[in-house]
Amino acid sequence: MGVAEETWTWLTTGAHWSGTDGVWHRLAEHLELTTVCLLISCVLALPVAVLLGHTGRGGALAVNLSNAGRAVPTFAVLVLLTLSPLGEYGSWPTVLALVLFAIPPLLTNAYVGMREVDRDVVEAARGMGMSGRQVVGRVELPLALPMIMTGVRSAAVQVVATVSIAAMVGGGGLGRIITAGFRLTYTAQVVAGAVLVAALALLVEGLFAALERLLARSRRRGGVRPPVSPEPADVQPVAG
Amino acid sequence: MSEPAGNCLVRNDWICGEYVRTRSQELVDATVQHIGITVASVAIGLLIAFPLALLARRWRAAAGPVLGLTTVLYTVPSLAMFSLLVPVFGLSVSVVVTGLVLYSLTILVRNILAGLAAVPEEAREAARGMGYGPLRLLFGVELPLALPAVVAGVRIATVSTVSLTTVGALVGYGGLGNLIYEGLHSVFKAQVLTASVLCVLLAVVADLALLLVQRLLTPWTRTGRAGRPRRAWRKAVA
Repeated sequence: MGVAEETWTWLTTGAHWSGTDGVWHRLAEHLELTTVCLLISCVLALPVAVLLGHTGRGGALAVNLSNAGRAVPTFAVLVLLTLSPLGEYGSWPTVLALVLFAIPPLLTNAYVGMREVDRDVVEAARGMGMSGRQVVGRVELPLALPMIMTGVRSAAVQVVATVSIAAMVGGGGLGRIITAGFRLTYTAQVVAGAVLVAALALLVEGLFAALERLLARSRRRGGVRPPVSPEPADVQPVAG
Repeated sequence: MSEPAGNCLVRNDWICGEYVRTRSQELVDATVQHIGITVASVAIGLLIAFPLALLARRWRAAAGPVLGLTTVLYTVPSLAMFSLLVPVFGLSVSVVVTGLVLYSLTILVRNILAGLAAVPEEAREAARGMGYGPLRLLFGVELPLALPAVVAGVRIATVSTVSLTTVGALVGYGGLGNLIYEGLHSVFKAQVLTASVLCVLLAVVADLALLLVQRLLTPWTRTGRAGRPRRAWRKAVA
């Protein structure tokens, strides 16, 4: 039997889907970690990015952060945190690492989105007597939304990828199926786990891309002029 | 009382000079493997990305699928990418290099395309007027003008590759990542921290070296205001 067939057999065996080591449980762990960490990072990063973007300060920080994030290996940070005193607290090292690596794409995209809002539009809003808060809420944020969403999508894909690596340091998630497969030198299981992880990442990317398109369409219907923002600058997620 | 040598090894400190002294050969070997994997991956990536970008530029119909496919590849998490390549190459260094080449393609193809697209039409016209053929136009005019964007892509790809190589420890070919993975299992703090710091240093040094190369190759971008290629660079990086 070829590897493809064996993988198919593995995936279609019901026993592999149930139990603590089963696919459903690992998928639930993966989704839970992803959701929690994405929410924490959004809460931390987006207000800061919007504020920095509105005032135009800290631009170098916001932009360089994603370059710095690229240079630091997620795997190394996961191992370092696991060996640190924090390692005694279950999945906290993983959560911290995930949040750390989700912040750069969120911060950079949201900041760039805010700065790319046409200055004339902002000036016009000020001229109409809008307060700083109103300018942010009614003008800058709506126009920056596509870029902010691009950042959220990058961060989501990044988090899904990093959760899978967390399995190498004993964390949960679908990556565990792969690492267990390596320990058992069971290639079909390694490939099956990889297929599941890849499918999840592509699904998340697709869902967020669809959400972005939906948002763009509803805004057009609402009579708001579509933002004259250039094509979304691609802050690529590190496929951690 | 004098402390016995190698005490920080016994205490399992994070920072340990004794570790660096006694295991320097191990560190050098891992660093050499790390550099080898990175250079091979980015070099092969460039060799494949260049014709792909030219293809996407020549036939508009090819641009969508080429960009779409490379983006899909980029979305696949590294753990899954390496695992999927194991049945093809076995537990070998080819698994890691192939995976990293596929990742670098996304960045390189995009940046080469952006760089070529930003070449001023007047420059092309002038070259044609001087009797340049398509090949000479490409290598003599377009490519040099696109170089800042291309090098920007190579820098991003290189830094990402240095970082992602560590995950290659999964199949035993992760350069410094091997030391990090071993250190995790033996709870050897000095080994993990030293290898991690070396890895970040490697990325930073590679980035600066490539920046220097770009400055030397494109002296005209240093003078005066930012020209068009620089704007393309900004866009590609942003």
